[in-house]
This record gives sequence, C-alpha cells and structure tokens, in this order.
Amino acid sequence: MMSKTWQKPLLAVLLALAIIFPMFAANDYYIYVMSLAYIMAIAAVGLNLILGYTGQLNLAHAGFMAIGAYTVGILTVDYGVPYWVAFVIAGLLSAVIGFFAGLLSLRLKGHFFSIFTLCVGFMIYLIIEKWDTLTHGTVGIIDIPAPTGIGPIRFDNTWSQYYLVLFFLVVSLWLMSRIVHSLLGRAFIAIRNGEDLAETLGINLMRTKVLAFVLSTFYAGMAGALYAGFVRFIGPAMALESHTFDMIAFILVGGIGTLFGPLLGAILLTWLTQSLQFLQDFRMIVFGPLLILLVMYFPQGLIGYWRERQARRAAASMQDRRLQRSVIGSQQEVGTNA
Amino acid sequence: MNIFFQQVLNGLTLGSVYALVALGLTLVYGILHIPNFAHGALYMVGAYMAFYLVGSLGANYWVAMAGAALVVALLAVLSDRLIFHRLRNAPPLHDMIAAIGLLLFLEAGIQAIWGAEFHRLAPPYPQIVRIFDLVAPAQRLIIIAAAFGLMFVLHLFLTRTLTGSTIIAMAQNREGASLVGIDATRVSVLTFAISGALAAVAATLFAPINLIYPSMGHLVIMKAFVIIILGGMGSIPGAIVGGLVIGFAESFGAFYVSTNYKDIIAFALLVLILSFRPQGLFPSGARA
Repeated sequence: MMSKTWQKPLLAVLLALAIIFPMFAANDYYIYVMSLAYIMAIAAVGLNLILGYTGQLNLAHAGFMAIGAYTVGILTVDYGVPYWVAFVIAGLLSAVIGFFAGLLSLRLKGHFFSIFTLCVGFMIYLIIEKWDTLTHGTVGIIDIPAPTGIGPIRFDNTWSQYYLVLFFLVVSLWLMSRIVHSLLGRAFIAIRNGEDLAETLGINLMRTKVLAFVLSTFYAGMAGALYAGFVRFIGPAMALESHTFDMIAFILVGGIGTLFGPLLGAILLTWLTQSLQFLQDFRMIVFGPLLILLVMYFPQGLIGYWRERQARRAAASMQDRRLQRSVIGSQQEVGTNA
Repeated sequence: MNIFFQQVLNGLTLGSVYALVALGLTLVYGILHIPNFAHGALYMVGAYMAFYLVGSLGANYWVAMAGAALVVALLAVLSDRLIFHRLRNAPPLHDMIAAIGLLLFLEAGIQAIWGAEFHRLAPPYPQIVRIFDLVAPAQRLIIIAAAFGLMFVLHLFLTRTLTGSTIIAMAQNREGASLVGIDATRVSVLTFAISGALAAVAATLFAPINLIYPSMGHLVIMKAFVIIILGGMGSIPGAIVGGLVIGFAESFGAFYVSTNYKDIIAFALLVLILSFRPQGLFPSGARA
C-alpha cells in the first residue's frame, strides 16, 4: 500500500497535470487522443473490477461498451432524445443487460465463464450488425450530436470535451476507489483469492459476482455513451472481442487489480500506438507478444511492481528499526496484490 | 426432397469441419486444461499455408494439405513449448491471456504478409456428382469423407496404439499417468501437434468452398468452443456429435429460419442449453 502521507499530494499533482495538459499540447489532435485514452480507461477501470478484483475474465466487455454507445447513437439520431437523457439510459441499459448476462454466465466458473462471455460478446456484435432496421447495420451510425451544454458550459470543441471526459474519469476513479475499499470490495477480492474460502466466510458468491458484473458493465456502458458523443461515429466493430483484448492489455501493463493500473496502461499504450502510426493496423504484432511476455515475466504490471517494491522497502526499513519485532504485518500488505 | 437433401449435405459438411476443429480443441483441453483461444488462429494459418502452397508454389491440393498440417503442427508445438508449458504453474487467467496474445500475434502477422483482403483457394474438384436426381458438389463429398476418415484414424490411434493411449491416460488422470511412467512433455507435444494438424486439415478442406481472410478463425473457434461445452470439455465423442449437431442446426436454421441470423443459432443454442443445464449436455466430461 502507498503511504497515506504523500498519496493525496501525488493525486493532486496528477490531476493538476491532467488539467493543464491541453495548454501544453501541440495541437488539438493530441487533446483528442488523450480524451480517447481517458474514455478507454473508464471502460478498462470497469473491466478491472470484474477481472482484476473479482478474478473473472469477462470477454464481452467491449460488447457492453457498444451497447452504451449504440443506445446513445440510436436515441439521439433516430429519436431525437437529448444527449444527457440518452447518456443516463445508456448506462442503465448496459447494466440491465449486464444483470441478465451475468445471471446466466456467472453460473459457470473459470474457463467456462470466459468462453461463454466470448460467445455473448460475439452475439452482441452479430445482433448489432444484422439488426439493421434498429442499428443501421454495417454502415454504423454517423452524425451523433455532441453532448449538449449544461448551463453556460458548451461542449462543442475538443477542449471542453476533454474536460468533460476528464470529469467523468475522475468520478469513475473516485467511485471505484470507494467500491474497492468498502466491505463489498473486500468481498470481491475474497472471491478472487478463493471462491470456496469466500463462501465459507459467508459471502453469497452468486449475488456478489453478479453485482461486480453489473457494476463493470455499467462502467462499460458509460464509457460507450461518452465515446458515442465524443467520436460521433460508431460501427458494429466496436463490439468485437479485439477491443476487449485491448482493454486487457491496458490493465495488464498498468497493473491488474490496482486502481490506477487501467488508466496508466490506457494512456501508455494509446500513446505508444500513436507514436508508431505505421503500426496502426499491425499493432497486434507488438501487443500480442507483449501480452504473453507480461503474463510470463511481469504479471503484476507497472503499478503492481512499484507497490511490491514499496512494500519490500517498507518491510526492510521496519526490520532495521525494530529488529526484534516481527514483520508479518508488512508481509500481509505485500500479499494484497497477489 | 432434393432441397432437404441439400440441407443434410450442408449440415454434414459444416458439422465435419466443426468437429475436426473442436476435436483439436478438446484434446488440448483434456490434457492441459487450457481453453486455447489461439486455436482459431491456427485454423486460419492452415488455410493460408494451403493457399500459399497451391497458389504460389503450384503444389497439388493433397500435398498442400499435408504441408499445411505439418507447418501448423509445428506452430502448435512451438506455442506449447514456448508459452503454455512455461505457464503450467501460473493461474488459469494467465494461460487464457497468453492464448489471446498468441491469437492476436498470428492474425496480425498473417495480415502483414497477405493483407486484410479476401483470398480464394481454387477448387481442386469443381465437378458436380449426380446420384439419381440428387446433386452434390464433389468438394463437399470430399470434405465429409476426408473428415470422417481422419476421425476414424484418430480414433484407432487413440485406442489401439500405445502412444495414443498415453494421451487418453494423461487426460483421465495426470498424476496416475505420471506414476506409470508416461512422459508428460512427450504427450503434450504430441497432443498439440495433432490438434494443430487437425485444424490445418479442416481449414484446407473447407477453403475451396469458402473465403480465406485473417479473421476467418473467429467464428469457427467460437463455434468449436460451443461444441465442446455442449459435448463436454475433453470428450472426444462429444466433440464429434456436438459438431454435427451445430452443423445441422445451422444448415437447417439458415434455410427454414433466416440466413441472416444463421451464425447466431449456435450461440443461441448454447445460451438456451446452459440456462437449463449449467453443467452442459454430458456432465460427466464437463468440469463446470
């Protein structure tokens, strides 16, 4: 764990950096890329709840993001619903569909759950692609209106949209930190560490897992709704499992089961692919082996590694100070990111 | 009558291709308990290998099939030695993510070499076979005959030879197999080689009546997963029966329900069955 004394100042500095970023960006395109990275980070933070904290590899996450995006797209373009109304409906609808999908898929464990959700994700993709009277099919939905202004604030340029996305990112992270540090969050982690043990401790496995699933699909839906208003064009391909794989890469690079890991990974990998523009289509030639090498040699990710080092250092200094005292306490801390 | 016969023929063709892919998947699952998400990519590489050997080197169709099987078998063995074997003590999550990494790499690699566009393998047997008033394209009959022939040979190999039975033994009980002196490394190399070769043969058989493109493995692998969940993970007869069930469901569904939604049928079937029987159709083989 990070020591509490400098955790808050560090967060404040990071937030300040994020706020002044547009002033130092060379052009609007960089602001655009950063905003996209934030949106992907919100989705990845949601996936991390079910994958990193609860230990269930949900491969349908991009599908739920697409449900959120399509809800906004269909409601605003075809039915003239105001953006923010559609935005709220998008999150709720993703969560409701997530509830039923979770109820069904979480009856399966481990590998079976992952395979089943892979199929669920593909079903979402096929339905979006084939049901063209509702979803515009392979053509996708174009000219989605940008988020309408709230009071005096307008969201009609890249700058203001950047701050809008940043606002939702901060809210998402704050909410996630409340969730994972609550008793409920402990229950999620207990399930990840061992389902049998968690059940023995009196945790209702099914109910807790479905709750984690619903929360994570809610995040996906919100990210999708933001994406629709920001990019203003959506196609069925966004539901494909390859986008879930992107998010898994973000989480693994940044640190699985850590609060800021998905954000760090999303920013790093987005800029990496941006700087290697020629790689755009072939980025998976790099990402694929990267995923394999990460799980083989560096499964804890950047933040996980850093935390481990912190904990080891803290343990060492404590040992120096009180040679007689036991260091079991700090070793328990090390165990939290297993 | 003729239309019905066409659907049966379609179902058998699809079913036998699916069964070959599902067999490889279920064999690997039986031994290592890894859901090999990269198996569909191996299938895709098999199709490209055959396409390359026939198209660029002018090889005979059957030679190309053997060549593709060899290359993909080697690739599968390499993936075991370099990745899955080293992750054998890691949490299951890591195996799955590594398999996904391999899948992404193979797809992007093939796309870098051959591009994202569709390719066609020229049909080696474009003839139409006529029996009384029933017509059948020769390639479909070849697919069915070759697939069932191969399954029969595989069955003989697994049950009648000592090497084959080591695979079955390992799948049934890992520790027991090690106790009687079965070499785990040898068995897993063998299993990966067989599974890769089966995927390549299935792809080469299906390629003349289908298109070749980098993401062609996605649907096939997902259907293969549906098949082995329905048939019981690790169960060999389950994979064959499951393959035929999905093949028939698709061909009849496409004809009597909707062509547009035919790819969803397999998944809808899965959702339906798992809603009522989370343990799959043949629970003895399944470890849900």
